[in-house]
Amino acid sequence: MKAIIEQAKHHFHGGLSLDGHKQLSMQHAISAALIPDTLTVPLLQHIGRPATAIVKIGEQVLKGQCIACIKDDKNTVTAAMHAPSSGKVVAIEHCAIPGMLKQSVDCIMIQTDGEDRWHPEIQPIAEPFNLTRDDLKQAILEAGIVGMGGAGFPTHLKLVQEKPVETLIINAAECEPYITCDAQLIQEQAEKIIKGIQFILHALNINHCFIGIENNKPDAIQALRQAIESIEQPPTKQQCFIKIVQLPTRYPAGGEKQLIQAITGKQIPINKLPRDLGIIGHNIATTFAVANAILEGKPLIERVVTITGDNIAQPQNKWVMLGTNMQQLLDTCGYQKKSNDEVIMGGPMMGAHLDSADYPVIKTTNCVLVKTKPIQTTSLPCIRCGECARVCPANLLPQQLYWFVRSKDFDRVQDYQIFSCIECGCCDYVCPSHIPLVQFYRYAKSEIWNQEADKEKSDHARQRHEFRQLRIERKKKEDAERKAKKKAMLNKKQGIDTSAEDAKKSAIEAALKRVKSRQTEQSAVAKNTDNLTEQQQQKIAEVEQRRKNKTRQNNNE
Amino acid sequence: MLTAIIALSLLAIAFGLLLGFAAVRYKVKSNPVVDQIDALLPQTQCGQCTYPGCRPYAEAIAKEEADINQCPPGGEATILALADLLGKDPKPLNEKNGAHAEKTVVYIDEKVCIGCTLCIQACPVDAILGAAKQMHTVIASECTGCDLCIPPCPVDCIHVIPAVEEKDKVSVKVPFAPLLFTEPNA
Repeated sequence: MKAIIEQAKHHFHGGLSLDGHKQLSMQHAISAALIPDTLTVPLLQHIGRPATAIVKIGEQVLKGQCIACIKDDKNTVTAAMHAPSSGKVVAIEHCAIPGMLKQSVDCIMIQTDGEDRWHPEIQPIAEPFNLTRDDLKQAILEAGIVGMGGAGFPTHLKLVQEKPVETLIINAAECEPYITCDAQLIQEQAEKIIKGIQFILHALNINHCFIGIENNKPDAIQALRQAIESIEQPPTKQQCFIKIVQLPTRYPAGGEKQLIQAITGKQIPINKLPRDLGIIGHNIATTFAVANAILEGKPLIERVVTITGDNIAQPQNKWVMLGTNMQQLLDTCGYQKKSNDEVIMGGPMMGAHLDSADYPVIKTTNCVLVKTKPIQTTSLPCIRCGECARVCPANLLPQQLYWFVRSKDFDRVQDYQIFSCIECGCCDYVCPSHIPLVQFYRYAKSEIWNQEADKEKSDHARQRHEFRQLRIERKKKEDAERKAKKKAMLNKKQGIDTSAEDAKKSAIEAALKRVKSRQTEQSAVAKNTDNLTEQQQQKIAEVEQRRKNKTRQNNNE
Repeated sequence: MLTAIIALSLLAIAFGLLLGFAAVRYKVKSNPVVDQIDALLPQTQCGQCTYPGCRPYAEAIAKEEADINQCPPGGEATILALADLLGKDPKPLNEKNGAHAEKTVVYIDEKVCIGCTLCIQACPVDAILGAAKQMHTVIASECTGCDLCIPPCPVDCIHVIPAVEEKDKVSVKVPFAPLLFTEPNA
């Protein structure tokens, strides 16, 4: 094949020129992987959902054996895990995994036996270019390959697309200081990488691709050129064109959107993905993993990790089995621990600051960096210099965002497109007041996500509450109706009895009435002393007198 | 003169009919502000605002009978949202109603539960499962943490535990002291 090398024709907004510190870890060839005593393989080493463990405690596993797979639908965002070496599963427990989010997930602990025996089913795929695209996707899915640049998006999901893809962009920029794992992998394994690119082109059914690489890696560019020239065209109908695009060394040239803009001149609109524009990006280490999976049948069980930074005697790039403890890794590189050291997974700009080195290496660990913590400077008030807006590669207004986050005005924060922020840390770096701007944006993002989750939950609770009230109402109504119905039924059934009862009732009532009227009559009879004539009154008085006299006589006798 | 009066009266009648028709046809059944307020409330139905649920509280706010700072589960976020919606000044949470706390759910100690169903009747969102003289259990994902089931329990077998999603929640440290209700010390 013919190699084409060209300079990038476009550029992205902002960015920084940083000290590379890349020579530190480029002194030696990549050293082979050691077999640690125990391997901790987390079930989540990528973006998405954890894989499902398919081994039991006490089970013997062989190198490359699948130990966790995708249980659900093949389009779920998840990836399979494999045993990095042979040994015995001793535990499956919840452990912290390295990363920005400080999550903890189930991890499979493997006690290695030191024999490093391969699983017998690990065989190369014959005639890979005769495979259908779906078979190729399946092979990559089974190999558990994820994006190895840092984000860790499962690769098989980025291979066969519903929408037609026009351009493949391979990200070899490696713009963060200190990290050299990709550059050195290119220098040593360029041919395999180019083959991996050919497989991905075949899977995507397109014929051309760009490799974006910063111009501070002349050796890697040279190696790529030689590899392209030495490799034959794949035996497919289409001819492949692989173009190497040299980018000016400017952080963050390796950001997906920035790289696409620098190479194609196209800006990815807000809330859109590169695939919406017919562009797919893959990291260069991922293409190597793809080649490994297809040419040798090996799943993703080890990767190149840069171990570098302060207080490390032999900074270097190493092949590392996934699940190796970072502390052990640092020790093999002659690390002398100092009290105010800080371990970072990734680069100094976007890496995850870890509280200790007691974490396993995962699929997205490109670098283990040790840095002396800077003396904590308290941040000063914002002086509105606008330097942050000048360097922002996402064309945002970091200062405005900062004010809105401070006042917790999350609607405005979203209006100012906080979700376009790639958290590259350029604004932090240039801020003369040392305001931890990215920390503010991360806080705002997590707060917005949490509020959205709360909203969903409260909507659900409202629905349930309303339904409960409706149900209670309905029950009350139904009970009342049932009662009325039953009464009516009873009355109908005992129709004759009821009439007799009614007669009884009316008889009692009539009797009561009679008694009452008699009483009133009697009282009327007693009242016949009213309206008497004078004669009658005299007569009564005489009679009374006589009665009195008679009683007196009786008393005297 | 007369033509003008007739023309204007006809117009008035025509528009009157049109408006009358619109009023009937597009009648809004409930007060839309109440719905908007209700949408911002956390729907725990806990009654800490002194109203018997979130919707009654929303109605009270709409009628200006209640203040916007009486919802402890919602906390500052709800107060800010309500203030924004109603064009009022935000104010700190009313301490009489309670303090904003991390989200919790309840858990029934199944060994102690006697199956009296009192908690089931108290639950505003049907999050408790069980029947008379049978063991009861809480569906944690449906529980809003209102704690209304705790007082009726005759054997005190209901305990408050942190909500599950609270543990897994991605939370980034607040990089600054809450500024809103305190004087900025810059």
